[in-house]
Amino acid sequence: MPDYALPSAIICLPFVVSVMVLLLRGLGRRQNLSAWLMTSTGLLVLLLSAYLYPAIADGGVVRQVIPWVPGLGLDLVLRIDGFGWLFMLLISGIGALVGVYARYYMSPDDPLARFFALLLAFMGSMLGIVMSGNVIQLVFFWELTSFFSFLLIGYWYNGASARDGARMALIVTSGGGLCLFGGVLLLGHIIGSYDLEAILAAGDVVRAHPWYVPTLILILLGAFTKSAQFPFHFWLPQAMSAPTPASAYLHSATMVKAGVFLLVRFWPVLGGTTEWSWIVGGIGMISLVLGAYSAMFEQDLKGVLAYSTISHLGLITMLVGLGSTLGVVAAIFHIVNHATFKASLFMAAGAVDHETDTRDLRKLGGLRRFMPITATLALVAGAAMAGVPLLNGFLSKEMFFAETLAVGQGPLLDALSVVIAVAASAFGVAYSLRFVGGVFFGRVADDLPRKPHEPPLWMRFPIGFLALLCLLVGMLPARMIGPSLDAAARSVLGGDMPSYSLAVWHGLTTPLLMSIFAFVTGCLLYVRLRKYFFSCEAAPLTGRLSGKRIFERVLAVAAADVPQRIERRYPSRRLQSQLLMIVLLALAAGWIAAASAPLGLDLGGSDIDPAFALLWLLGAVCAVGAASQAKFHRLAALILTGGAGLVSCVSFVWLSAPDLAATQLLVEVVTTILILLGMRWLPKRIAGMAVETRWQRFRRRRDVFIAIAVGAGVASLAYAAMTHPVSESISRFFLENAYSGGGGNNVVNVILVDFRGFDTLGEISVLAIVALTVFGLLRRFRPAAESISMPVQQQQQTAYDAAEPDRAADHSLTDYLMIPGLIIQLLSPVILLFGLHLFLRGHDLPGGGFVAGITVSVALILLYMAAGARWVETRLRVLPVRWIGAGLLMAVLTGLGSLAFGHPFMTSHFQYLDLPLLGRIPLATAVLFDLGVFAVVVGATTLMLIALAHQSLRRPRQLPAAAEGEG
Amino acid sequence: MELVLAIAIGILAASGVWLLLRPRTFQVIIGLTLISYAVNMFIFSIGGLRTGADPVLNGGDIAQYADPLPQALVLTAIVIGFATTALFLVVLLTSRGLTGNDHVDGEDGTP
Repeated sequence: MPDYALPSAIICLPFVVSVMVLLLRGLGRRQNLSAWLMTSTGLLVLLLSAYLYPAIADGGVVRQVIPWVPGLGLDLVLRIDGFGWLFMLLISGIGALVGVYARYYMSPDDPLARFFALLLAFMGSMLGIVMSGNVIQLVFFWELTSFFSFLLIGYWYNGASARDGARMALIVTSGGGLCLFGGVLLLGHIIGSYDLEAILAAGDVVRAHPWYVPTLILILLGAFTKSAQFPFHFWLPQAMSAPTPASAYLHSATMVKAGVFLLVRFWPVLGGTTEWSWIVGGIGMISLVLGAYSAMFEQDLKGVLAYSTISHLGLITMLVGLGSTLGVVAAIFHIVNHATFKASLFMAAGAVDHETDTRDLRKLGGLRRFMPITATLALVAGAAMAGVPLLNGFLSKEMFFAETLAVGQGPLLDALSVVIAVAASAFGVAYSLRFVGGVFFGRVADDLPRKPHEPPLWMRFPIGFLALLCLLVGMLPARMIGPSLDAAARSVLGGDMPSYSLAVWHGLTTPLLMSIFAFVTGCLLYVRLRKYFFSCEAAPLTGRLSGKRIFERVLAVAAADVPQRIERRYPSRRLQSQLLMIVLLALAAGWIAAASAPLGLDLGGSDIDPAFALLWLLGAVCAVGAASQAKFHRLAALILTGGAGLVSCVSFVWLSAPDLAATQLLVEVVTTILILLGMRWLPKRIAGMAVETRWQRFRRRRDVFIAIAVGAGVASLAYAAMTHPVSESISRFFLENAYSGGGGNNVVNVILVDFRGFDTLGEISVLAIVALTVFGLLRRFRPAAESISMPVQQQQQTAYDAAEPDRAADHSLTDYLMIPGLIIQLLSPVILLFGLHLFLRGHDLPGGGFVAGITVSVALILLYMAAGARWVETRLRVLPVRWIGAGLLMAVLTGLGSLAFGHPFMTSHFQYLDLPLLGRIPLATAVLFDLGVFAVVVGATTLMLIALAHQSLRRPRQLPAAAEGEG
Repeated sequence: MELVLAIAIGILAASGVWLLLRPRTFQVIIGLTLISYAVNMFIFSIGGLRTGADPVLNGGDIAQYADPLPQALVLTAIVIGFATTALFLVVLLTSRGLTGNDHVDGEDGTP
C-alpha cells in the first residue's frame, strides 16, 4: 500500500497552486508562468495517480481519514477506488492539456492569473468530488465545482451573455446541488452513516426503505442538473460564453461528467429498481435524442458541441439506467471516450474561433486550405463523435447498441430504446458531418472577419494528442484502456463483473448492422437537409419550447413579480404599519401560547408592601404621563420618562440589585442629556393646531386598545414568571464559583468580566459599533431648514451681548451658568475619582467597568455643559475613538493572553496583592478586561454625546468636511 | 410585591406600546425607552423577587443571596439600551433633516 497521506496531497495541490498563481501574477511573462503552473500541476497529479494504480488495480481502495468532528461522525475521508482513479486521470490529464492550450488561446490582455487560478481551483474541487469518501464532503466539493464553473462562465463579465449564462448555470446546478444535499442527508439517515463505504454496502436496506423514492429523486435531481439532462439541459448551451479552454475542460470533459459519475457511483445503492430504470433510463433517452436533434440545427460552433454533449451524457445516463452490469461498463467506457473526443473538438472549435473571430457555422467554410492540420485533427475527433469504426466512439456506441437490444424492461421500453438509439446515432452522424464539413470543407468563406492561418504548434498539440488517443483506443482498445476500465468497473460492480470483450471486430452482429444503418441514415440526412440546416433559425418543433425562456420567465416571476405583488398588497414601506403588525403578531403569539398552556395566576400568593405600591403608583403616573405628553410637550415627556426610570432604579435597590441601580441611574442621566441635545433639531409642534380627522381618532382608540391588551398580557406573564418557582438554574454555579474561580465577591461583576466574558466582549463591540455609527451619521448631518437658525433665546442673548459695549460674545451664557459652572468645574475631579473608585472596587463590591465608564463620561459631559464645548476643548483633548479602540484591544488581548499560557480564550487568572496604603486588593486578569470595558464605555458615551453637541456649534450651511465631530 | 411589580411592568409596557404606534419619531423614541424599562424589570424579576438579600458574597449560605444571573443580563441590557436609543435618536434626526418632517414614515399625512 502506498503512502496514506498521498490522497490529501493530491487534493491540496491544485488549491495551493491556485493561490500561488494569484500571488505570483506580477512575475515573469504572466501567461507563461500561470500556464506552466497549471500544466505541471495536472501532470504531477497524473503521475501521482498513476503511482496509485497498483493499489486500486484489483478492486482495492486507498483511504485516508482525517478526523474532524468525531463526536458527530464527521470525518474528512479521502477514498480512491478504480472508478474515482479513472476520473482522476481524466481530470488531471485533460487539465494539463487545457493548461497548454489556454496559454495560446487566451489573449495576454485578459486577467490570466484569475483564469488559471480558477481552473486550478476547479481541478481541486473536481478531484474532491471523485475522491470523497464521505457523501457530505462530496456535496461540498460538488457545490464548489458549480461555483467555479459560475466564475469561469462569467469570466468575461463585461458581456451580458456571459453574465446571464453564468447566473443560469449557477442557479440550475447549485439548486440541483441543494437537492443532492437533501438526498444525501436522507440516505445518511436511512443508513446511519455518511461514509461512502457504509452506504455502498447498504444497497438492499436503502432500496427497501419507504424513503427510497424521495431519496432517489433528490439525488437524481442533483445528477441531472449537473449533467445537463432534460429538462435542465438548457444551461449548458448558455454556458458556452465561457472561454473555450474552460468549456473544453468543465463543460465537456469533467464537470458535466460529475452527474453521471454520481449515477454510476450510486448505482450499486440505488440502481436496479423499476423506478431507477424508468426515471434514469427515460431521462437519458430523452436527453440523448433531444440533444442530438437540437445539435443538428445549431448555428454556433460551440452550441453544436454543447447539444452534442447533452446527447452523449444522455447516452451515458441511459446506459446506467438500463440496469445491467454491462451497461455500467459501457457507461464508464463512454465517459472516457466522450471526454477525449469532445475536449479535442472543443479545442478545435476554439482554434477556429481564435483564427477567424467567428463561431457562426453559416459564415465558416473551407478552412481546410488555411489550417490543414487542425482540419485533420478535427476530422478524426469528429469521426469519433459520429461513431466511425477504428475510433473510440465507435466501440462504446457498439456496446450501447448491444445494451439497448438486451434491455429486458418490457416490450415497450425495449423497442423504444432501440429506435431512439439508432435515431440519435443518425442525428449524431449528421451534426458531426455538419461540424467538420461545414467548417473545414465546402466553399471557402470569403467574408470572414479575419484571414485565418494555422494556429501555433502548442495550440494544436492538445488537440492532436487527444485525437491520437481516440485513434489508439479505437484500434487497440484492450491494450490501451482495458486494464483501467477493468479496475474502474470492478470498483463499482464488485465481484459481479460481466464478461465483455474490447475488440474492434466482433463479426457481423446486430449492433454493427444498427451502426451501419445509422451511419447511412445520418449521411443521407445531412446531404438532403444541408441547405435547411444552414439557414434555419431554430430547431423545428423543439426550438420554440426553449428551456432558457421558461427558466427566465420563472426567474422573473419568482424574483420580481411575486415580491412586487406582495409588497403592493402589504403596506410594508410604512414603518408605522410595520410596527403595528409586529405588535399584533407578538400579541397573537402570546395569546396562542397563553391559551394552549394556562399561566396559572394565583393572586393570593402576593403580599403588598404599601410603600412599594406607592412608589410604583408614581412610576405608573410618570409612564402614562409621558405617553400622553410626548406629542406636544417633549420636555415634559422626557422628564416624566426619567421619573419612571428613577422609580425602576429605586426598585432595583429595593430588590437587592445595587449594581443595576447604579447603572440605571447613570444611564438615565446620559440618556436625558442626549435626548435634550437632540430635541433642538425637531420641529415645533403646538397643541390644537391641526384638526383631528376621524381616521386619526379611530387609530388612537385602536392603539389604546392594543396597548391595554399588550400591557395586560405582559403583566400577567410577568406575574406568572415571578410567582412560579424556578427549578435549578445556573445561578447556583456562579454563586458557588465566583470567589473560588473568579476571585471576586461581586458575583454580577464576575459573571460579566469572567464567566460570561465572551458575551461582554460582544456587547462592548456592539456599543463601539453603535457609537461609531452615530458619529458617522452625524458627520453628514444636515438639519432641516427651519431648525438651522439659532434658538430664539440664544439669538436674544447674542444680540444683547453684541449691543452692550462692555460685553463680549457668550458673556450672557457664562453669567447664566456662573454658579453651577463653578461647582461643576470643582466637582469634576471628584467625579472622576469616584468613577475610578467604582472601577477598582467593582470586583468585590457593587461597581465595575460599565458604571465607572458612564461616571467618567458624565464628568466630561458636565464640564461641556457648564463651560461650553470650546472652553473644554482648548484645555482638554478627549479622543473618544482612541478610547474605544484601546478598550476593545485591551479586552481582546486580555482574552488572548490566556492562550499564551495554554488555557482557552478568556480564561482569567487572579491573586490578591498587599499594597501599601491601599491594602489588600484583588488582582485578576479580569480586571484588565474590565478596564477594556471601562474604556469602551467612556469612549462610546462621550463620542455620541460630543458628536451630537457639536452639531449646534457648526455654522449653518457649513461644508460637512469641515465638521469637527471628534473633540 | 409581585402583583405591584407585575402591574407596573404592564403599565410601562402599555404606555410604551401606545407610543410605539404613534406617528412622530419622538413619541416612538420615548415609547422604546419605556418598553426597555418594562423589559428590564421583567427579565430582572424572572425567578422571583428578593428584598434584603445580600448582593455580594460574604461567606454565608448560598441560598441567601440575590440571584446574580438576571442582574448581569439586565446590566448589559441597560447599557446597550442606551446605545440603541442614541442610535435611534441620531437616525431620526438624520431622517428629519432629509425629509423635512418628523413622521416615522418620512412623509406627513394619513395613509
